[in-house]
Amino acid sequence: MSPETAILLALAIPLVGAPFIVVFGRVPNRREAVTLVTAALLFLAVARLIPVVMAGGRPTVTLFEILPGLPIAFEVEPLGMVFAAVASFLWIVTSVYSIGYMRGHHEKNQTRFYVCFAIALWAAIGAAFAGNMLTLFLFYEVLTICTYPLVTHSGTREAVAAGRTYLGILLSTSIGLQLLALIGTWTLTGTLDFAPGGILEGKVGPGLAALLYALYLFGIGKAALMPLHRWLPAAMVAPAPVSALLHAVAVVKAGVFTVMKVTVYIFGIDFLAEAGASQIMMYVAGATILIASLVALRQDNLKRRLAYSTVSQLSYIVLGATLANGLGAIGGAMHIAMHAFGKITLFFCAGAIDVAAHKTQVSQLNGIGRRMPITMCAFAIGSLSMIGVPPTAGFLSKWYMLLGSFEAEQMFAVVVIVASTLLNAAYFLPIVYAAFCRPPDPAAEPAAAEGGEKHGEAPLPIVLAVSVTALGTVLLFFLPQLPLELARDMIGGAP
Amino acid sequence: MIAAHLPALQVVLPLLAAPLCVLLRRPVAAWALALAVSWAALAIAVALLVQVLDSGVVSYHLGGWPPPWGIEYRIDLVNAFVLLIVAAIGAVVLPFARASVAAEIPAERAYLFYALYLLCLCGLLGITITGDAFNVFVFLEISSLSSYVLISLGRDRRALTAAFQYLIMGTIGATFYLIGIGLLYAMTGTLNMADLAERIPAVSDTRTVHAAFAFILVGIGLKAAVFPLHLWLPNAYCYAPSVVTAFLAATATKVSVYVLLRILFTLFGADFAFADLEIVTLLLPLAVFGMLMASTVAIFQTNVKRLLAYSSVAQIGYMVLGISLATTTGTTAGIVHLFNHAMIKGALFLALGCVFLRLDSVELDDMAGLAKRMPWTMAAFVAAGFSLIGLPSTTGFISKFVLVQAVIEDGRWYLALIILLSSLLALIYVWRVVEVAYFREPAAKAGTGATEVSEAPLAMLLPTWLLVLANYYFGLDTSVTLGVAGRAAASLLGAAPLGAAP
Repeated sequence: MSPETAILLALAIPLVGAPFIVVFGRVPNRREAVTLVTAALLFLAVARLIPVVMAGGRPTVTLFEILPGLPIAFEVEPLGMVFAAVASFLWIVTSVYSIGYMRGHHEKNQTRFYVCFAIALWAAIGAAFAGNMLTLFLFYEVLTICTYPLVTHSGTREAVAAGRTYLGILLSTSIGLQLLALIGTWTLTGTLDFAPGGILEGKVGPGLAALLYALYLFGIGKAALMPLHRWLPAAMVAPAPVSALLHAVAVVKAGVFTVMKVTVYIFGIDFLAEAGASQIMMYVAGATILIASLVALRQDNLKRRLAYSTVSQLSYIVLGATLANGLGAIGGAMHIAMHAFGKITLFFCAGAIDVAAHKTQVSQLNGIGRRMPITMCAFAIGSLSMIGVPPTAGFLSKWYMLLGSFEAEQMFAVVVIVASTLLNAAYFLPIVYAAFCRPPDPAAEPAAAEGGEKHGEAPLPIVLAVSVTALGTVLLFFLPQLPLELARDMIGGAP
Repeated sequence: MIAAHLPALQVVLPLLAAPLCVLLRRPVAAWALALAVSWAALAIAVALLVQVLDSGVVSYHLGGWPPPWGIEYRIDLVNAFVLLIVAAIGAVVLPFARASVAAEIPAERAYLFYALYLLCLCGLLGITITGDAFNVFVFLEISSLSSYVLISLGRDRRALTAAFQYLIMGTIGATFYLIGIGLLYAMTGTLNMADLAERIPAVSDTRTVHAAFAFILVGIGLKAAVFPLHLWLPNAYCYAPSVVTAFLAATATKVSVYVLLRILFTLFGADFAFADLEIVTLLLPLAVFGMLMASTVAIFQTNVKRLLAYSSVAQIGYMVLGISLATTTGTTAGIVHLFNHAMIKGALFLALGCVFLRLDSVELDDMAGLAKRMPWTMAAFVAAGFSLIGLPSTTGFISKFVLVQAVIEDGRWYLALIILLSSLLALIYVWRVVEVAYFREPAAKAGTGATEVSEAPLAMLLPTWLLVLANYYFGLDTSVTLGVAGRAAASLLGAAPLGAAP
């Protein structure tokens, strides 16, 4: 199988899988089998590309021109490789998890759920492999649209309102700002191809560059820079697998991935640094990290706390990009993978607690670690990764970002990273402490008091998925070669 | 032999078929005839476009009288493209019409509907194809008079006042146009457009020509529903039978915008209109206000047909904006949006036609929970709505992309922002419908609303989906639409087409 075929296959597999999910909609076991097979095949196709890209290959496929000189084109480069590999691997895990969660929760419209999920993954892969900004924009928008039915899955008034926020912010930013920046870039440069070193150098002055960069970064609403972050907490009304894979990995990572792409391949980090165009956005990212962490401290709903943590963690990646040097970019690119494993673990755990114990609030979690030891151990690992404590994956990316901050002589960035580490610890460690060290709260156990059955661990598929991602979080610390090498390749070798 | 007379057949065929419909009487027979004729018209339009693409401008002398004395049908890329739009919509709408007309118009009057429909088609094709300024007026009246009647056929009694309102406004518009042409004739002694274009520069700084220009501009502006001359449009679209709304929304205003193009660029010339009179200072603010105001008003409508009617006014603003820039890219955007918007609004109004067939209403409240009962219809509405909003891979995106590119090239970044913002207003009004149809529970009243209806018949769904898919096809493959529009714009402005240089 040639790399080009692998690209086309990766793009075809989820699209072919989706109708089969519909066909088997009435036979849940077969339907889920289709999802699992599709996910596994997709991962194989993506994995086929890893050695090629590691060896320096940049396979490309050009389909057809939409506008004169603007084709739908795909090119696999290191950053997209990281994103695609992470998303497609975690889709397998999430599919296993979904089976446990959706059945354990007796959710309705499961067929629609799995179809939208497959299309969302298709869009994520399309974005990861996009060879120019227009293709990326196309898949970016597909991702927004196809996740809307997932956010509004329950169909309640609350879900519809959340869906409105979700769609409203994501589409307003992408159409109002990102598209403007995109067409502006096209008009100024006559190309939208991703080129190492960027395409804008010499075409725009520093002022316009800073403006364009701001348009891009605010326009990429999925990166959840404040004040355009509200869609992410709103999206938490979705079922847990959606929050886990889409709103901790695929959708939000598509956002920061686009930020990295724009930074590295549209502007070019050298040009950005030279023009100082990213300075202002660095402050925005830093402020987002801190404010979101402070807000997270005050959230009692577990998923909302995680959501604000995601907002803050996404801005790490943006911060890494805006440092406009190699180390920062490496840190940002690595954090795409590192944060993905940690955060999906945390969301899996939140869903597991919901299914097994029907608890959604942080204040209800006293002593739950004794009943759900595996889940809460995984939660602890995920938390450590968020804080950036070795031996978890989060440490490495944070390390590179700190190095990058020192190299850029941005004391602001250093202070932000240190301060937010403390904040992360402040809102994650109490949960872990309460779960293991506090006695269970008798008032919060009405079922037990009434002689009801005491809950144990969540269903097996859930526990399995949680264990895999938690292990992955630790493994990535010891074996970070894949994302690290790819991130280095992205900026053309060196540091 | 026949190939040489295609331009005449394009107009004469529907003209002759109209009285035949009256003679046939039986609804099915009249429908079959109208169907055959509109498909033939499409075939002719395609053939003409191919002919123009191959061998340049086609000039047909009606009755063998050479221009400028006789009437000349003059087909270049611009009107070949518009002919295609009109004929294509006409051909797609008719299969849909049978069930819809049977439900909305009494059987004993159905043959009249088809006769008038053919006359309207004839008028619109005639306006587009002719190269004679007075002939435009004649066909304008044919299409207008028939559309007044078509609108008044709507079952709602308010259709009568809507038609009357349109009649008054339309007549004023046509009269203004006629006055303008009369003044030009007085000054130049000719009615042939090409001939006029040659003679106007000699007298272009006279008051008479200025007055003629003003009369013609306002007259056509009325017919094209350019803000603030759009007041007839919402009611007319709202109360007309579903088929009529879809057909007129997709074609009538487009043809008028085409006439505007002709007047500005061919008849008077860009130098006169844009350099001497600086018409951009008039058209551009009107276009922008039209886009913003009409979109905002659309948000607050409770009748979905009226909502889309206001959206049409806003969309005409996009076209006028593109044209008013008087650059190749801008005019390309205007022309390509003629086509794209025809696809978008055609699809949306056909979907609403399906809804009306089952619900007898297109009030937002009555559509609560409709997506469960009519999944394919509502899916078509949503898919076409994406195109209206302008999401990538749709025709709406292409129009928006080229238009924004045009204003940025022109150095008007603020306009780019306004265009994108107004397309976000489209998101709001489309999504209002989506939320009601997909998430709101149907009203509890038994026997009303969306509780007991089934999906629309296939004969109506197929044309609807054909247009929906066209939105996506022409959103991904723009070589035909954008290619032709670019060359057409270049020929109007006498410049290199878009894409030749970045």
